[in-house]
Amino acid sequence: MASPENESSPLGEIELRQLERSLRKPRTLLSMFLSLFTSVLTFAALVPLVSVVFMLFYRGASKLTLSNFYELPPTAFEEGGGFGNALIGTIIMVVLAALISVPFGIMASVFLAELGAQSRTASVVRFCAKVLSGFPSILAGVFAYGAVVLVTGGFSAYAGGVALSILMLPVVILTAEEAIRMVPSRMKEASIGMGATQTQTLWFVTLPTALPGIITGVMLAVARAAGETAPLLFTALFSNYWSMSNWSPTSIELAEPTASMAVLIYNFSSSFVDNQKEMAWSASLVLVLVVLVTNLIGKSLSSSGPTR
Amino acid sequence: MDHPTRSPISRPPTAVERGIDRVFRFACSSFAWLTIIVMAYIVFEISWKASPAVQEYGTDFLTGRTWDPNTSEYGILPEIWGTLYSSLLALFIGSFFGIAVAVFLSEGYLGNFVFQILRLFGIQFHRFWGKLPTWSEGALKNLVELLAAIPSVVYGLWGIFVVMPMLREPCNWLHENMGWFPLFSTRYQGPGMITASFVLAIMILPTISAISRDALVAVPPKLREASYGLGATRWETILSVVLPTASGGIFGGIVLAFGRALGETMALAMLVGNMNTVDVSIFSPANTLAALLANNFSEAGSDEMKVGVLMYAGMVLMAITLVVNILGALILQRATSGLKGMR
Repeated sequence: MASPENESSPLGEIELRQLERSLRKPRTLLSMFLSLFTSVLTFAALVPLVSVVFMLFYRGASKLTLSNFYELPPTAFEEGGGFGNALIGTIIMVVLAALISVPFGIMASVFLAELGAQSRTASVVRFCAKVLSGFPSILAGVFAYGAVVLVTGGFSAYAGGVALSILMLPVVILTAEEAIRMVPSRMKEASIGMGATQTQTLWFVTLPTALPGIITGVMLAVARAAGETAPLLFTALFSNYWSMSNWSPTSIELAEPTASMAVLIYNFSSSFVDNQKEMAWSASLVLVLVVLVTNLIGKSLSSSGPTR
Repeated sequence: MDHPTRSPISRPPTAVERGIDRVFRFACSSFAWLTIIVMAYIVFEISWKASPAVQEYGTDFLTGRTWDPNTSEYGILPEIWGTLYSSLLALFIGSFFGIAVAVFLSEGYLGNFVFQILRLFGIQFHRFWGKLPTWSEGALKNLVELLAAIPSVVYGLWGIFVVMPMLREPCNWLHENMGWFPLFSTRYQGPGMITASFVLAIMILPTISAISRDALVAVPPKLREASYGLGATRWETILSVVLPTASGGIFGGIVLAFGRALGETMALAMLVGNMNTVDVSIFSPANTLAALLANNFSEAGSDEMKVGVLMYAGMVLMAITLVVNILGALILQRATSGLKGMR
């Protein structure tokens, strides 16, 4: 083995040569080509994201002024203006939707994760939540139109809130269930061993431990609801006026048509007036920033949760 | 010896506490039931409000091609066609990129790449730099998922001002030089099938890539190692071992993305052109069920038949998306449970 030229051991030499992958072999080349191709496709997939963000800053940021936040939307021949009422309308409706869906979702997820985890009801509920999470947002609007608008006789913030809550519900249920499930069973057992009832264990041990995960779900749901347009088009409609008579929460008119950022962008996107188009971009920038920040906060909470 | 003091914690629950316990548990299970009821109520409400129109128009509604409120003639064949066609086109583009992203993220390409660069600089065992490959992969995954967080109305706006002008040149070229091909047989006018599908593909890409990545990561490492051990190249392994094993999960993801695409509203309402035409050409304007609802519902008023007709269209959309979504969820459930046995 010391001098391969003289005492050639053909077996060893051939094996060694075969183990080396020649760069000229088509299968090696194909593999390298496909690797490169996949990398290119992956980075190409990020181009739209970069492009959207660039356009938002390029067209939205330059016209964004502080007065945008406290002025009413401009009419066709008006200069300036803002989206103050739409911002407030979005907040009102998202809060309404959260008030409905968050307690509902968390209670249901407690059942799914703790009380009836193995039951048939739980698997049906879980399945319903999964199907609801892929439910087209416009159908939530159609439902709210039939169930609220036609019953109360008019477009309102209530109807918008109901429509949004349908979309938030599955997100809250599924993430909260996951978070509650992650709580170590030893903690719960210790609590029950101290003589606590199941409810006390849930309130004082399980839910506080699962809180970061639950908040993640709520944040993701809020981010989703804030950007939704389709269900608001014919539930909350739109309004060019403030939805309150003065700056106090009690004067908010919930039974009136309400403006929202998303619908404002939709209405102004096809406008023929430059000022309104610019307004659509500025409003988009604000909306995207709000949605992305909410999303990122939610995601960072879930990763910084208690380690087990 | 003194009797130990009764601490407030280590005593059996009182009758009141047991009562609260029972009430709370009852409340939780009733909210769980309420989820099922809400789901059923949505289906019932839409079908119930649609029933006058269903009785009036029957199945002609599904095959009619005109939508004319003045003569009360309603048909949604163009919308059904537009919905399915645009979603399939988007799925075609989206799954191509989505699966590529999933493979890239699950086979450790980026981590490997970062690691190689670090090694060039002689950095290998530092605690901070050593984590960079994992971080970079997480960051890229989050970036792709941020695509899903952007509201669809913003995509619509972006589509109008960026995608439409961008597609004009190549689409006109295709029409002029290959106009004999049915897909390119009409002129590109801006709003139309291709514009809408292109944006739709971007919107469903995160769904496909996230679910496919989960499926690929779940492939047992033993299979991969065995394949490399036999001397297969990286892509021989991916194509003949990894992808077939994960195919159930990937397929489930694609079906769910299809469901998303079918129900997507705003980007399509802004980009598809809203014309009641049935045309194979990808440059022709079209309409979708969701866009039809978005454009017409606010003007329906309280006219029972007008509302009913729109509810009927909504019911058709609901039927299609429910079937697709339930199929997708079932496929995913089966695929993940199948892989668990292999571990």
